[in-house]
Amino acid sequence: MSPHRNVTIIGSGPAGLTAALYAARANLKPLLIEGIEAGGQLMLTTMVENFPGFRDGIMGPELMADMRAQAERFGTEIIQGNVAKADLSRRPFRLDMGDSATYTETLIIATGASARLLGLPSERALLGHGVSTCATCDGFFFKGKPIAVVGGGDSALEEAIFLTKFASKVTLVHRRDTLRASKIMQDKAFANPKIEFAWNSEVEDVRDISKGVVTAIVLRDARDGTITEVPVEGVFVAIGHTPNTSLFAHQLEMDVNGYLVTAQGTKTNIPGVFACGDVQDHVYRQAITAAGSGCMAAIDAERFLEHVPTDLESTVVN
Amino acid sequence: MASDKIQIFTDGNFDQTVVKSDKPVLVDFWAEWCGPCRRLAPTVDALATDYDGKVTVGKLNVDENPGTAGRFSIRGIPTILIFKAGEIVESVVGLADKDQLKLLIDKHV
Repeated sequence: MSPHRNVTIIGSGPAGLTAALYAARANLKPLLIEGIEAGGQLMLTTMVENFPGFRDGIMGPELMADMRAQAERFGTEIIQGNVAKADLSRRPFRLDMGDSATYTETLIIATGASARLLGLPSERALLGHGVSTCATCDGFFFKGKPIAVVGGGDSALEEAIFLTKFASKVTLVHRRDTLRASKIMQDKAFANPKIEFAWNSEVEDVRDISKGVVTAIVLRDARDGTITEVPVEGVFVAIGHTPNTSLFAHQLEMDVNGYLVTAQGTKTNIPGVFACGDVQDHVYRQAITAAGSGCMAAIDAERFLEHVPTDLESTVVN
Repeated sequence: MASDKIQIFTDGNFDQTVVKSDKPVLVDFWAEWCGPCRRLAPTVDALATDYDGKVTVGKLNVDENPGTAGRFSIRGIPTILIFKAGEIVESVVGLADKDQLKLLIDKHV
């Protein structure tokens, strides 16, 4: 007999853990499957200064550890693991992880989004050898060295500012001539003497695959096609995120970019399946909005269970 | 809770315990301040127990052992390298789940 759940949550960022907290407090004994990038994107950040209640800020990993402990305190069962296959064609839904399967009456998807890469072969080949998507993990390796950060949003600027603690110089590469980052981050970046800007610049290539390390970034001017080569030893890519929805292809409705489509709160097109956080939000993408939608998903799941007659004890599952 | 099967590699013992080992060796390059490294640690611990006697599994702190990290051009963590007869036979950058790592290890035992 396989375990049979009321509520299973996939994902352990602010959305998943808040959904778990609310579901646990509603006595639904939720199961939360962490996923590979446990803790979510906040695990890759440093100081979070815009989460209400922490007036002096809090470190991202610390905030996630606290959210996890709070969800566990009310009875959430958290397991390390990664769902390899999800069958949503009938209830209970079936989730396969390695050699075990879980059945669940409702599913809350909080799988979030992962860092997007530029898509250059050289970038992939040099990942871990100078190309990185995690400044807090890898900045240490570039003490006194010139590096580039690619992107123009808040995350790109946060990484650039953080990396000036290590690097001799940070070149911020952006394909337009204005940043889309918030005013406060722009002010910080413009005031930092170690940050230089390469405007209207697209990344053509990362050198040097033959040496197995990054030696330079090749930029193409978006206006006149001029090619320049900037010598750097590291390239940090911060050009946005891709939703983690491949598990649900051909099962759940998605928009053209792969984000899950939700309606009337957190409902997907399959009754009993709810989505929250960045996996269904390409607009706000904040820890606090993810947490808010996680709360909504748990309440939606609770109401769904109240109106669907189920007898979990007597259901026979293979 | 760290597994007692897990080895601690350093600049000082690396040649003896990894390069000259007669068994395959999995090395997890990590640091205290790296969030994803902390998330990977339980997986590496579990592998140390699962492959006890067949594969040496251990960790190398890049902060304390910059020589070895530099020698293998480690520029990002977590990085996992699998050595066999002194040569790197597999390399994984970033987070990976246990099943993925087992597939890689099983190619060499």
